[in-house]
Amino acid sequence: MKTVYLDNNATTQVAPEVLEAMLPYFRDLYGNPSSMHFFGGQVARKIRAAREQMAALIGALPEEIIFTSCGTESDNAALRSALATNPDRRHIVTSRVEHPAVKSLGVDLARHGYRVTELPVDKEGLLDLDQYEKSLTPDTAVVSLMWANNETGVLFPVEKAAEIARDKGILFHTDAVQAVGKIPIAMKTNAIDMLSLSGHKLHAPKGIGVLYVRKGTKYNPFLIGGHQEKQRRGGTENTPSIIGLGKACELAAKNMEAENTKVKMLRDKLEAELLSRIPNSRVNGNVLHRLPNTTNISFEFVEGEGILLLMDEHGICASSGSACTSGSLQPSHVLRAMGVPFTMAHGSIRFSLSVYSTEAEIDFVIDKLPPIIERLRSMSPYWHPGEPACAPE
Amino acid sequence: MWEYTDKVKDHFLNPRNVGEVDNPDGMAEVGSIACGDALKFSFSLDENKRIKDAKFKTFGCASAIATSSALTEMVKGMTLDEALKVSNRDIAAFLGGLPEEKMHCSVMGKEALEAAVANYRGAPAKEPGAQIICECFGVTDRDIERAIRENNLTTVEEVTNYTKAGGGCGNCHEAIGQIIARVRSETQPAARPKLSNIQKMKMIEETIEREIRPSLKHDGGDIELIDVIGNRVLVATRGACAACKASDITLKHFVELKLRDLVSPDLVIEEVTP
Repeated sequence: MKTVYLDNNATTQVAPEVLEAMLPYFRDLYGNPSSMHFFGGQVARKIRAAREQMAALIGALPEEIIFTSCGTESDNAALRSALATNPDRRHIVTSRVEHPAVKSLGVDLARHGYRVTELPVDKEGLLDLDQYEKSLTPDTAVVSLMWANNETGVLFPVEKAAEIARDKGILFHTDAVQAVGKIPIAMKTNAIDMLSLSGHKLHAPKGIGVLYVRKGTKYNPFLIGGHQEKQRRGGTENTPSIIGLGKACELAAKNMEAENTKVKMLRDKLEAELLSRIPNSRVNGNVLHRLPNTTNISFEFVEGEGILLLMDEHGICASSGSACTSGSLQPSHVLRAMGVPFTMAHGSIRFSLSVYSTEAEIDFVIDKLPPIIERLRSMSPYWHPGEPACAPE
Repeated sequence: MWEYTDKVKDHFLNPRNVGEVDNPDGMAEVGSIACGDALKFSFSLDENKRIKDAKFKTFGCASAIATSSALTEMVKGMTLDEALKVSNRDIAAFLGGLPEEKMHCSVMGKEALEAAVANYRGAPAKEPGAQIICECFGVTDRDIERAIRENNLTTVEEVTNYTKAGGGCGNCHEAIGQIIARVRSETQPAARPKLSNIQKMKMIEETIEREIRPSLKHDGGDIELIDVIGNRVLVATRGACAACKASDITLKHFVELKLRDLVSPDLVIEEVTP
């Protein structure tokens, strides 16, 4: 059975060119970039090139890039550094829809005496900038707002929010794990102080992340050790993955246009066809301000796990925000924060495409999904055909 | 991804007896859409008062659909008294087992069956006097007590897996802990061998490690055993517990009950500030 992979916000396939670029550094060129000999030094040169490729993708300077192990490490490093360099401030501003990497960290910091404000979102997942501005106080050490939401793809106006924070002398961090490579980012012209990203969301392997720290921003290292990364992150470099990430960034820059034309068109086709073929379905999240590759659709009166498993029978991979798949007993915190009614939240499915997605795959899903929903609805005690769609509160 | 048995997958992919029985003798609906799963169960009887036909409609995950399907297959041909003896464990066993986090699906099946029989017999579906403990999922003290007794549960997390109680806001964790302690003390009155001092200390230490600290840590708290003098157990609270106004209550109602239950009924908890 062929796999139809539409779960690229969870992870992506390693691009063949990226794998090619990495292989020599596992096999033959295993030198330590810190070594004095040429054998290690040639790896250091290659890492320098990867750092430049990474910086170029987000319009940053190479020295502003710190390689880490993942997006979660970058988020932890950013917030803890902001708090350590502002010891007299005890307030953090974030949102209710953050990825667990930031959300759980906020909960942990709150246990240790910090005051954490989680800003609400409206029913389309958008942020109210006035409310945001009012939440900032002289005690606020750092703001952390995600650039793009992993579940809905909805974009926050982080550039605007960062300017507001800068005017008040507050550090601004963004988790841009889902945004990098999908939308243009230019750190040179914005006011964001720190930005997290993750390799495996843009066709590099798992286990490599980046924290961007603006030149001149005070930084307190999270991993203390050797002199690597200019003493900002101890630990021997993950050389093959760093080199792979460099290559992935080069490809992402080339694919940026396709991401916003071809991928977006396929996403729009998938969404429009499913909505028209399946009654009582609707999109979660604002449809204008969102990533080009993501759609989150709710099918009323059915439960997400059942949909996923029946799609799995056809080799179709996607995700759900239902309780049964969220690892807890409640549906996704993102959909709850948006006030999506329970009848809809439990039956939400996220499709996330990549440049490797094809029209044939999209047509396959358009063909297979409607009978799956119909089948589950025929088993549901709540389904009465012809009922009007449940309106959000 | 959940690890489902082939039998669970089979009953999910090819569910038996979907629908509603025409002119049912008994029927009931349990669960709700807010909770994430709901089951409508109906049955009819033959002339010998055995279950002739049973059908279901389920909103919920794969295991909820599979347990509903299994239930309808299991009870066909049984008298109502025989059917009432089917426990949630029997339903899970019929399917070759369920993941722990999904055991609540089997409990929902059992509840639907009981409610449908009560409906046939004209009795009220819920026992009178039952009190809602978990507001998020509408679970009563009776539901929790029964799940603890039938499945030999010992921790709040297990109760959540079996009844969903405590799986939402978490405000009822302490109340669930008290119910566990109460039910366990009823079910284990058996004579205990007299413990030597060193045995007692060891058991107290083990019980705190295994049974108590994980629950407290779940809420950001912690506890440390300082000393045992006779039956006085001296402890210090840590983490969120140290700053919590309710920590006295936790110590008396949760920690002390647990130690009395599992080690010795004469133990008294005392908090010390080191």
